Parts: sequence; C-alpha cells; structure tokens
Amino acid sequence: MPETLQRRPPPVEGRGWLEPLPAATRFSFRGGSGAIEALSRAYGVPLPTAACRAASAGPRAALRLGPDEYLLIAPAAEGASLAPMLATALGSLPHSLVEVSHRQVAFAVQGPYAEWLLQSGCPLDLDLGPFPIGMCTRSLFHKAEITLWRTGPTTFRVEAWRSFAGYVVELLADSALELPA
Amino acid sequence: MLIIDCPYCGPRPELEFAHGGQAHVVRPADPAAASDDDWLQYLYLRDNTRGVFAERWRHARGCGRFFNALRDTTTDQFLATYRAGEQPPAVPRDRP
Ligand SMILES: [Zn+2]
Repeated sequence: MPETLQRRPPPVEGRGWLEPLPAATRFSFRGGSGAIEALSRAYGVPLPTAACRAASAGPRAALRLGPDEYLLIAPAAEGASLAPMLATALGSLPHSLVEVSHRQVAFAVQGPYAEWLLQSGCPLDLDLGPFPIGMCTRSLFHKAEITLWRTGPTTFRVEAWRSFAGYVVELLADSALELPA
Repeated sequence: MLIIDCPYCGPRPELEFAHGGQAHVVRPADPAAASDDDWLQYLYLRDNTRGVFAERWRHARGCGRFFNALRDTTTDQFLATYRAGEQPPAVPRDRP
C-alpha cells in the first residue's frame, strides 16, 4: 500500500486551498519538430520535449500533453495579438493551432493538503517523486477530464472543461470536509 | 488498479485508457481488388485468443495516442506495450 494512502491529513491552516485563477488565452497546438521550433521562437517559451512536462517564461506557459500536442496558456489580454503572431510565425509549416481559451477554466489547489485533496479523485500517484514540480498531464478527477500541472511542492494548477468545473470543484470541496477544521 | 505502461507517458492507471480491439488488422492494400471474403475478414472477423493477445489501446485521458499491447487474456497481465507501427516484442510464452 503506497504511503500516500495511509497518510492522515494534518490540521487545516487557513481556507485558501482552492483559488480561481484569472481568465487566460489558451491554444491547442499540434505540429512536428519544425513547427515546434518555429512556435518556440515566436512564443518565447521553448516547448518542452520531454513527456508530460511544462515550461514557462514570464506569464506564458506551454504544457506538453502528448508527443505532438501542446496546451499554450497566456494572459487573457494577449489573446487578440497572439493568434495572428503565432500563425504568421508558423507560416506554411504543417500544424494545427486552435484557440480554446473559453473551453476550460483554471483554479489552483494549494496548501498542505493539495496533494491529498486531488488524490481523492485522481488515480495518478501525485507524490513528489513520480509527479515532480513541472510535470503536467491530462488525467481524470472522478469522471471528469482535467489537465493537472504541478507548479510547486504544494501547488497545482487544475484546468477543467467549463461545464465540468462545477463537478470537479464540488467534489474537491466534498473531500475537504474530511479535513479537520 | 491495473497499471498500463503507455509508450509515450510511462506507467499510468487503467482508468485513463480505452480498449481498441485486436491489433495488426491490416486493411487490404488494393481495396478495389479485395474480395468479399477479404472484406469480411478485415471488417468483422477477430481472433478470440486464450493467452497472449496483441490489442490496441488508447491513452484516451492522457496523451491521446493509440498504441499496441500484449496482454494475457487469461490473467489480464500486460506483458508489453509498444508504439503503433512497431512489431510486437518477443515475450516468454511459457510463463506459469
Ligand atoms: Zn500516454
């Protein structure tokens, strides 16, 4: 039995374990090595080449979700300028760049119970060893698809499709009832 | 929970995967020349192996990729996983 499952949660310090994150510009990008290089230069973030890893530079981030699939996350204000800029940089290189800004919403699960709370519905092993800082992946929270990105030892960014976000948050809140006040 | 080794993401929980049926079913190279029997074979007839079976899986709630796996249908044990387009690796057939 993994140690994580036997660990009892320590007492709650504060209630800020769930924080909505600001609206963002999001792109689903797919392409081969040429397109990945061109996009890295234009976007200013070297797209990670290791499986399930994220990279960021300033407020822009790139999450590698699959061998040729990335989720780009940038501030909402950049939405209008980013799309034509990236499209120009990619030119005629074979690729797919789809804006999905409003498809999903993001929130942070943080604090000493972040791992425990997510573990209540996510089948991955979220221990720091198998799921280190900078790791990101699609997975499941109960029956909803989520994109999970560990941004710190006790901080996760969770992206859920808009219509499933309530489901995810309510189930997290339900698990949080088990934590001591 | 069953842990399946995605060739792209590494070992991941079974819940993230979708089964995709028998692997290495090859579409007739010249469809116009294929007989009704060839089509029957290609579209409908599948092996029902007892033992080591090559099948397609998709990491649907992960990287999204299809890949192939060798699974023992009597024990549900995954013996190997490999990328689509690759030949199945050799596995010992005389396991207990
Ligand atoms: Zn995968």
